[in-house]
Amino acid sequence: MFKILKKEELSDLVILFEIEAQDIAKKAKAGNFFTLRIDEQGERIPLTIADFDRKKGTITTVFQKMGKTTHHLGTLNAGDSIMDVIGPLGMHSHIENFGKVICVGGGVGIAPTYPIARALREAGNTVISVIGARTKDLVFWEDKMRAVSDELIIVTDDGSLGRKAVVTVPLDERLTEDKDIALVYAIGPAIMMKFVCVTTQKHNVKTIVSLNSIMVDATGMCGACRVEVGGETKFACVDGPEFEGHKVDFNLLMSRQRMYINEEKIAFERYKEKSGVK
Amino acid sequence: MEEKKEDKQPKKRVTMKEQEPLVRARNFMEVPCGYTPEEAVAEASRCLSCLNPMCRKGCPVAIDIPSFVKLIKEGKFIEAAWKIKEDNALPAVCGRVCPQEIQCESMCILGKKGEPVAIGNLERFVADYEREKGEVQIPERPKLSGRKIAIIGSGPAGLSCAADLIKSGHQVTLFEALHKPGGVLIYGIPEFRLPKAIVEKEVDYISKLGVKVVLNAVIGKLFTIDELFSEQGYDACFIATGAGLPMFMGIPGENLNGIYSANEFLTRANLMKAYLFPEYDTPIKKGRNVAVFGGGNVAMDSARVALRLGAEKVYLIYRRSEAEMPARKAETHHAREEGVEFLMLTNPVRLIGDGKGNVCAVECQKMELGEPDASGRRKPIPVKGSEFQIEIDVAIPAIGTRSNPLLTKTIPDLSLNKRGYIIADEETGMTSKKGIFAGGDIITGSATVILAMGAGRNAARSINEYLKWKYWDTSKFVS
Repeated sequence: MFKILKKEELSDLVILFEIEAQDIAKKAKAGNFFTLRIDEQGERIPLTIADFDRKKGTITTVFQKMGKTTHHLGTLNAGDSIMDVIGPLGMHSHIENFGKVICVGGGVGIAPTYPIARALREAGNTVISVIGARTKDLVFWEDKMRAVSDELIIVTDDGSLGRKAVVTVPLDERLTEDKDIALVYAIGPAIMMKFVCVTTQKHNVKTIVSLNSIMVDATGMCGACRVEVGGETKFACVDGPEFEGHKVDFNLLMSRQRMYINEEKIAFERYKEKSGVK
Repeated sequence: MEEKKEDKQPKKRVTMKEQEPLVRARNFMEVPCGYTPEEAVAEASRCLSCLNPMCRKGCPVAIDIPSFVKLIKEGKFIEAAWKIKEDNALPAVCGRVCPQEIQCESMCILGKKGEPVAIGNLERFVADYEREKGEVQIPERPKLSGRKIAIIGSGPAGLSCAADLIKSGHQVTLFEALHKPGGVLIYGIPEFRLPKAIVEKEVDYISKLGVKVVLNAVIGKLFTIDELFSEQGYDACFIATGAGLPMFMGIPGENLNGIYSANEFLTRANLMKAYLFPEYDTPIKKGRNVAVFGGGNVAMDSARVALRLGAEKVYLIYRRSEAEMPARKAETHHAREEGVEFLMLTNPVRLIGDGKGNVCAVECQKMELGEPDASGRRKPIPVKGSEFQIEIDVAIPAIGTRSNPLLTKTIPDLSLNKRGYIIADEETGMTSKKGIFAGGDIITGSATVILAMGAGRNAARSINEYLKWKYWDTSKFVS
């Protein structure tokens, strides 16, 4: 059992947990993820490691309530325990001094962007961060992101916070102005990463994305998470989750993410009925 | 005269009752129902108690078969179970999933003229009897040796190795990457062939012996082997991580929705209990028309799970003929009885989507058999112009696995073969790196439960020797 030490409601839908997981905290690096299973009936879902504290022995994750499992998870409180926590999984980010980099975090993807931006900054990069969400309530960690960025740009779809734009707008501007951007990191919904890649391709800037495909064991055993990168089938769990964005088939990723859309509805309806969640 | 003549005829084998095929094809309960005590005694009484028992030679872990069969004959069922456990920590599992027809039973002298003694059925009976009567005996723990051994992977190889080493007085930790112990016994073999409650009991027995089971521990990620040695004080390590990554066919359309590796399909159904969705949260596509590609036991398991999930049609598509199928005869027989349709000499060439990302058909090609290939089996050759399509909504390639590099790539000085499997001495399990032993599918590629158990036992024996002498022979690995 893995104890939740701290819970923070970053918005109505976005929750932060600090989970006691000594051994995972010791090994976690930017770009890693973990999987969890809430209880005996639970499914295994991958979540990002948004931060870790090696001394305290904790990992931090941020998730958005979407379907049954994440809503159920959101009902847990500090002091409660999660049955299984498995990690750190996936290849960690490749960090070096590239020079000037842009980190784009969209929605709940802001969370995993944070440790990467921090690591890039520590490695000597100039870090420009662009964070965005649909609306003000879904933006979080503004301060944390500012602390690890040389410059922070905030956008919302509705203009309720920062600039009224999608992330690709300031990204495109910066890439037009600044010819010495060496690398772009983008983590967020698949559709956002797809359009970030369309933008950066135009400017011919290498882009790393982190793919959030459906997983089961997340150790390479099942292949549920397969994605196509450069025309080759890869397993996001062990070959990734980070890949060169220009080579990723995002349409396939999005199609595969919708594979259980009917089952997700059934599970969520059933859960709502039982738990009274709206 | 007439009567005497009949007496000489060997008695007929006592068949084990089974659920009716069309009934069981729609439930996840076990197919065979087990022997009654009377049936077990009757079957055991067929044994001739040979002076030179060949059956034991056919067993990869050399169970004392004549002795346990004799105990059954005498009605001493519990004692019979204990006798087996001297050599085999998982009798309820082996009684169910060992290919006895090519091992112990194939050597039985009765098999020369008629049917061999049903050794597997008898093993299963006594193991179940012991478990159900609650008389599982936990041997006294030996004096502690002060040595620590890490076993990576809690499948059949890891479990049998752990059971032996704990009896030698060592401190044994079994690390498992998944959230449940048992490896392939839990995620791979379906409930109707091996009820999970039985696996849990067998693992429980091994932890009662004193083995510490650590779940959710992905070695290579959470700890490296070097850290187990240097920071956690382990003296030796046995790697038994299994065969690993699923193979796909490399044909167009393979990443469409509705296409599962057999590993994924079975893991969802078995480990995650997706057949109980939505009571359990993990979903699985319950296809109406399902195609399974492959001819091994895993293909049979997948086909039979698909049926039980409610498929109307399940096609088993195999590119050679039935004679070349690697699956156990009993498995193909069961699958066919239950209504799986066999399409032999047929090869899938592409999977076709419905325009919304889901698979809706498979295009196949007829094959014919040519000259024998490297495996000694006749090579299938495509028949030109024989393409045809089958409507499906779920497809399951069950064409084997390759090695998972997750752990091995974190051990730089460990020798691997070209296919990424660990090179180890078959007899001892010794690898190129001092203190590391390996066995089971991570050495051999996909094989059987009992072979993995044999490898676990061999490794346990040589780990004991190693702890005594600290001698490491790497001459075999210098190329």
